[in-house]
Amino acid sequence: MRFDQPTAPHARPLVSVPVVMRRVLFALVPAMLCHTWYFGPGLLLNFALTAAAALLTEASVLRLRGRPTRYAVRDCSALVTAALLSFALPPFVPFWIPLIGGAIAITLAKQLYGGLGKNLFNPAMVGYVFLILSFPVQMTQWLPPRMGDLDYRPLSVGEHVAYVFTGQLPDDLDIDAVTRATPLDIVKEGLRAGRPFAEIRGGSLFGDFGGRGWEWVANFIALGGLYLLYTGTIRWHIPTTFLSGLLVPATVLYLIDPSAYPDPGFHLFSGATMLGAFFIATEPVSAAGTDRGRLIYGAGIGLLVYALRTWGAYPDGVAFSVLLMNGTVPLINRYTRPRIYGQR
Amino acid sequence: MVDYVFERHLSGGILLPANKTASTAGPIQRGFVPTKLVLALRQHRGNAAEPVVAVGERVLKGQTVATAGAAPSAAVHAGSSGWVRSIEERPVLGGHGVQPSLCVVIETDGRDERVPAAAAPSWPTDHVAQRAAIRAGGIVGLGGAVYPTADKLTTPVPVETLIVNGAECEPYISCDDMLMRENAADVVSGTLLLTEVLGAPRAIIAIERDKPQAMEAIEIAAHAANDQRLKLAEVPTIYPAGGEKQLVELLTGEEVPSGRYPGEFGYVCQNVGTAYAVQRLRAEREPLIARVVTVTGGGVKKPQNVEVPIGTPIAELIAYCGGYNEGVARLIAGGSMMGYSLPDDDTPITKATNCIIAALAEEVRTEMHEWPCIRCGDCAMVCPSRLLPQDLLVAAVASDFAALHTLGLQDCIECGCCDVICPSQIMLTERFRIAKRSVAVRQPIPVTSPGQD
Repeated sequence: MRFDQPTAPHARPLVSVPVVMRRVLFALVPAMLCHTWYFGPGLLLNFALTAAAALLTEASVLRLRGRPTRYAVRDCSALVTAALLSFALPPFVPFWIPLIGGAIAITLAKQLYGGLGKNLFNPAMVGYVFLILSFPVQMTQWLPPRMGDLDYRPLSVGEHVAYVFTGQLPDDLDIDAVTRATPLDIVKEGLRAGRPFAEIRGGSLFGDFGGRGWEWVANFIALGGLYLLYTGTIRWHIPTTFLSGLLVPATVLYLIDPSAYPDPGFHLFSGATMLGAFFIATEPVSAAGTDRGRLIYGAGIGLLVYALRTWGAYPDGVAFSVLLMNGTVPLINRYTRPRIYGQR
Repeated sequence: MVDYVFERHLSGGILLPANKTASTAGPIQRGFVPTKLVLALRQHRGNAAEPVVAVGERVLKGQTVATAGAAPSAAVHAGSSGWVRSIEERPVLGGHGVQPSLCVVIETDGRDERVPAAAAPSWPTDHVAQRAAIRAGGIVGLGGAVYPTADKLTTPVPVETLIVNGAECEPYISCDDMLMRENAADVVSGTLLLTEVLGAPRAIIAIERDKPQAMEAIEIAAHAANDQRLKLAEVPTIYPAGGEKQLVELLTGEEVPSGRYPGEFGYVCQNVGTAYAVQRLRAEREPLIARVVTVTGGGVKKPQNVEVPIGTPIAELIAYCGGYNEGVARLIAGGSMMGYSLPDDDTPITKATNCIIAALAEEVRTEMHEWPCIRCGDCAMVCPSRLLPQDLLVAAVASDFAALHTLGLQDCIECGCCDVICPSQIMLTERFRIAKRSVAVRQPIPVTSPGQD
């Protein structure tokens, strides 16, 4: 009897790229539902539009590059980029914002570098930064959470969808009546104006830890992150040092002057902290590749997030911090190689 | 009476589905005599044995058919009585795959007639003569490397510890487990004999945690032997805990430097099967003519462990185990991680063959698509040599010899952990094997970047 002769190992691989990507998407589902409960259909619309743009550009650029598309489109990596980008976008933006963001993320950050596995920078964050620099007005159209403000007249789903695709608001509303600043924004402006943090936190948009609603989305993102840790999809190094890098200076400065600096809990549950720690900084392609390197990389992002939030021009700093640390990865990798077994 | 219990003291490694229970359900089948024996004269690194029989001659069970050549080498013996039909080149699985090798082909006569016990010399008392007897007995390391045992018993420095390897970490293989369960006293006696020959102050029999029955049997035998030098160690069930350097790391916390052997640092590793073979030689004057082989996989009707005469054609062994099941897709000599796939079942069982897996398609990797590397680093996490396979891959594709050296290509033990954990399903180990061969001859490395289709 004759047999085929592939080389060892013969054991089947335990996991595959599409399985990893689907786990990441699955881990985001609870947070998506929570976000939708608090902020309306914006996130789902954003996800649908970024995903469509991402998949379409991925396929078209691959075709232009003369590369086969069947595995690349089915590996779900473009969908993960789209999902992360849609979490970063305000939930109330015209349809062309997510379309441009998805297309830029895939072409500029991923395919121009050679596609899956070749990007130096996190594609979702490149897409986000491109949008916030190009369209600062639209990119600050955040909504208040459900029941966040008693004076607030919430939009119906139909009115929301109508705005996204036509730009038309109901006659009795203008854009300023619909959108609200985010808790991070309010804190930043308030502190700049010299108001004590405790007074700012007393506002109706604030909850137990961070912003009302936002803190629950953050909780569900953290839950998804724990699922990724449990399944071995991500490892503990980056989330742990990211959160420590943010929380240690936050705690120290809060203890020194609690009126001028937000408490560490607020930092933990506000903005993109959880998304950054568990889903964005852990994106393997653009992150450091060694265990020790990942500790440094995560800590660097955490510290930068704190610095940018506290002294920077933008209210949050996760995207810029991740991209800055992406740039240091080759250096980190070079100096953190583990000692090989049996070598000095 | 287990002396040491190790939790985890190993770099990397991976927990794999064991697939061992199918072959451990029943006892070792003994007394199997095939119709033909194909005895390869070179079954190990080093020098081939030199035939001392002529075509047409009748040989008896245990008779020397080839004596050891210049060291390192080991003699070859007939596993049953019969007639020498030819001395010719035949395809045999060696260290570099299936290659033609000079073989003594014996047609057995079914009488299984032994060399008279009186004809065998008595067991010598001094260590030099004992080593010579082990060499003449054709005994080699039965863990897979088949290095001639006598040559491994001569070390450049005094031996501190003899490590007897009963870890058997690779999936599917259970021959050492079953041997320890059934012949624990002989394994212990053989261990003490090797300890004696080495002059070692300490011997450790290391067994993986997933073999409680083997451990219990060895415990009882060790208790009966009552020798202070003998220690038992339970090691974690993790692949590749049974690798020689990995086991040294596990048991001593020490690392064998790159490119060196444990023997240079006072550690000698022997497989439990080797210890058993040495004891058989001393007690029964029986040279190495048979070994326990695990025959398993979904493609064979009766998975079991069989004591197989060396030289048995694999086809006859499979027939003895009930034949193939429908859908058998691959024949592997060794385990699923480091075993060789065989082109056909005509090749013989050698001293190195610890396991034959007749695998169904769903048991083995058949889908050969690779995604691009996503740099997740899981390969580095499982690498027992603490290499960065993802970086080695890039250096290999670029034929960057300097980077390959810095990144430690030469320290890759080809265990296959990185392949199995890789979500991009990249065939890393095969690329590293090709890279090693190319580096040796300073040629560009003919490997491609994954994810090109």
